[in-house]
Amino acid sequence: MGSSSFLPALFGGALLGAAGVLLMWTHGRVLGISGIYGGALGRAPDRSFRLAFIAGLVASGMVAHWLLPTAPLGRSPTPLAIVAVAGLLVGFGTRLANGCTSGHGICGVSRVSVRSLVATGVFMALGMLTACMVHAVLGVRS
Amino acid sequence: MRSHGTALSIGALFGAGLVVSGMAVPTRVIGFLNVAGAWDPTLLFVMASAVGVYALVSPRVLRRQKPLFSESFGIPKNRKIDRDLVLGAALFGVGWGLAGYCPGPALVALGAPSSEVVTFAVTMTVGMLLHSAMKKEPKAEPLVAASTPAE
Repeated sequence: MGSSSFLPALFGGALLGAAGVLLMWTHGRVLGISGIYGGALGRAPDRSFRLAFIAGLVASGMVAHWLLPTAPLGRSPTPLAIVAVAGLLVGFGTRLANGCTSGHGICGVSRVSVRSLVATGVFMALGMLTACMVHAVLGVRS
Repeated sequence: MRSHGTALSIGALFGAGLVVSGMAVPTRVIGFLNVAGAWDPTLLFVMASAVGVYALVSPRVLRRQKPLFSESFGIPKNRKIDRDLVLGAALFGVGWGLAGYCPGPALVALGAPSSEVVTFAVTMTVGMLLHSAMKKEPKAEPLVAASTPAE
């Protein structure tokens, strides 16, 4: 790993943790993106809160893109057809598991929630297995 | 409303964290998940830092009487390790390993629209809606109603 990514990784991670803490302080909620976004798709009574949060998320991406237009923000190296399948799996799977890397991986793990520890272990393991296989079969270079 | 302005700001802060940490770049995520290749441990440090901050500070928040804008703290109460949890996590993991996106980074990257991320966001939404639809569906009724006349 290049030394260039170590400090930004720690700092960026701290921002993620801070955002989670702030959301708990202000709204009493777990910061789980699949939950916040998934719930916004339905008729949740707190829809406007969810939309505001997501708007902030997308806006930060827009600002980042504006500041660094050549940065590879969100460019997956995987063929589009497989990206489409990946989306279905992530959408369905996160709702079935009631969480993702933020909800389970950060918030749940911090609470030492057994459910989150199990979920995180499973999606990490499957993620690694899949990425290794995809790299070998498709030659997707990371 | 101050509550919504705050929600937007926190969403933006989280997004900034994803960008700064490099987690909004799928090749970096795949670089971590692909342990058989040239391994990139960045994600590990991101998670460790995030968990470190959250674990250290959130207990103090939870000691407060109530959140600023709502009546109570909502910590998930479900403790069951059930099939949905494990299967869901497995499906999510496979999808994550395939394209290198999970929900947060995908939404942030919509700020820099590309065919990859838009495709992912659309099908992720479809996948979520599919789950909602399946959850609402009652157990399959018998195909033959009691009063169907004999064929």
